Amino acid sequence: MSPGRSIAAHAALITWTLIALFPVFVIVINSFKSRKAIFADPLALPWPENFDLIGYQTVMKQGDFFLYFQNSLIVTCASLFFVLLFGAMAAFALSEYRFRGNTLMGLYLALGIMIPIRLGTVAILEIMVASGLVNTLTALILVYTAQGLPLAVFILAEFMKSVSDDLKNAGRIDGLSEYRIFFSLVLPLVRPAMATVAVFTMIPIWNDLWFPLILAPSEEVKTVTLGAQVFIGQFVTNWNAVLAALSLAIVPVLVLYLIFSRQLIRGITAGAVK
Amino acid sequence: MAARKPVRWHIAVFLAPAVLVYSALMIIPLFGTLLQSLMNKDAAGERVFVGLQNFATLFGDALWSDAFWNALANNAWFFLIHMLVQNPIGVALAAILSTPRLRMAAFYRTAIFIPTILSFVIVGFVWKLILSPIWGIAPGMLDAVGLKALFTPWLGKEEYALTTLALISVWQFVGIPMMLIYAALLSIPDEVIEASEMDGITGWSQFWKIKLPLILPAIGIISILTFVGNFNAFDLIYVAQGALAGPDFSTDILGTFLYRTFFGFQLQLGDPYMGSAIAGAMFGIILIGVCVYLFGIQTRLRRYQF
Repeated sequence: MSPGRSIAAHAALITWTLIALFPVFVIVINSFKSRKAIFADPLALPWPENFDLIGYQTVMKQGDFFLYFQNSLIVTCASLFFVLLFGAMAAFALSEYRFRGNTLMGLYLALGIMIPIRLGTVAILEIMVASGLVNTLTALILVYTAQGLPLAVFILAEFMKSVSDDLKNAGRIDGLSEYRIFFSLVLPLVRPAMATVAVFTMIPIWNDLWFPLILAPSEEVKTVTLGAQVFIGQFVTNWNAVLAALSLAIVPVLVLYLIFSRQLIRGITAGAVK
Repeated sequence: MAARKPVRWHIAVFLAPAVLVYSALMIIPLFGTLLQSLMNKDAAGERVFVGLQNFATLFGDALWSDAFWNALANNAWFFLIHMLVQNPIGVALAAILSTPRLRMAAFYRTAIFIPTILSFVIVGFVWKLILSPIWGIAPGMLDAVGLKALFTPWLGKEEYALTTLALISVWQFVGIPMMLIYAALLSIPDEVIEASEMDGITGWSQFWKIKLPLILPAIGIISILTFVGNFNAFDLIYVAQGALAGPDFSTDILGTFLYRTFFGFQLQLGDPYMGSAIAGAMFGIILIGVCVYLFGIQTRLRRYQF
């Protein structure tokens, strides 16, 4: 590649990287500044003279934020666990065994990729009211599990088809049960695909506003996303606090993303989308 | 048959949890909602079957139809901007990223995807701040390059608000087409590229003539994902403009319209039946889009096997 083209490529990528990161940068730097400094010069970096943790102190004093974090973590982790476990089990059944209705079952489960679960909200709310699950984390976990399953089954089934039959048959000859073959042979081999599914499942769950707003709006089960939204409403003039709350809300999902991101591209390239 | 072959219970065990949860919380509610869209209350408040009357009201009765067609038109514009801006930028970034021996490719890829992982609450708030005429980073920056005259409160003006929000959404989600196209580009075998280089096709013409035809299926998938995502969007508008999708409903899309109708707002009471009808209409629109893609576009895409 000629140096000219290389410079042009880097220039284009750097431009978009700056556009992509600029707003995040604005939130984070201003969350460390005093109120006056935020308004006087929003683009200045936090220096000792304008450094201020008042925003974080306000958020901490609110106290509820830790509860929100805990709720979000419980909901995200539990949903992720069930999506990966149930999704992998169903994907294994669909990719490994030939049985009547296999294709039909695959299509049935894939339907949910195209049709968003939100359109059933009206009826979901009725079900949750009837079963007394409104304002519980269980309601959210159930809904998110259902929401994540179609894509998980679809991607994992593609991957499991590529796990060598010889390996599985060797396991069968050694007397392993079908369950052992799944849990100790196949699951470890599709880990990159699991990471891909994990990222694609986790992000919408962590960030969702719709279902927490409708199914679990009460104080003790609020998620971070809903909590931050309400917080913005209450503290609309206290920008230190809002910016600090938003910075804190970015951290967990960013950390998880960075952990998974290496696996992500490997997972995508290996066959999920072709 | 059954007597000769033992029932393979493990298949049922493997399938059962996924099928149960998925059916109970996705398929049954979806059909429940569709069914409810055919019901309404009679004078005594009893639930009665009214056939397609709710849809007739939604499409024809000026009280409802104005809002519905407005939301639909806005949603179409929202989608159009994504198709014209997000996907070309995504393809371009992926094409640049996939240049062989590009340094720091992993860094760019990770950084450009970061907005996608942010919550709508953060995205809505930060862009409102940046574009705010009072605190405004945008007016200051435009001033610095002598273009201050160009600034208006974009989110507050009827004629710009929807386009601005669509562009914010493009900013947020451009990482998805980029990742998927990047993956598709990486999966093109080296022999094909080398063969084209032997024939003297390099650079841009190589992209247009060799790579683009090979990634068309991936672009097709992205288009349909964008379509489904856009016609189901709600959060960004809700956090940036509130459930009323101001100014004067100029940013109202089907998702916010559904939310307002079902849950009510200000003085209007929620109406589950009309809400279901709107959800039903959205279901129909998405179904039509998916069918157009599956039968009209996907079957015509040429697929190459290596």
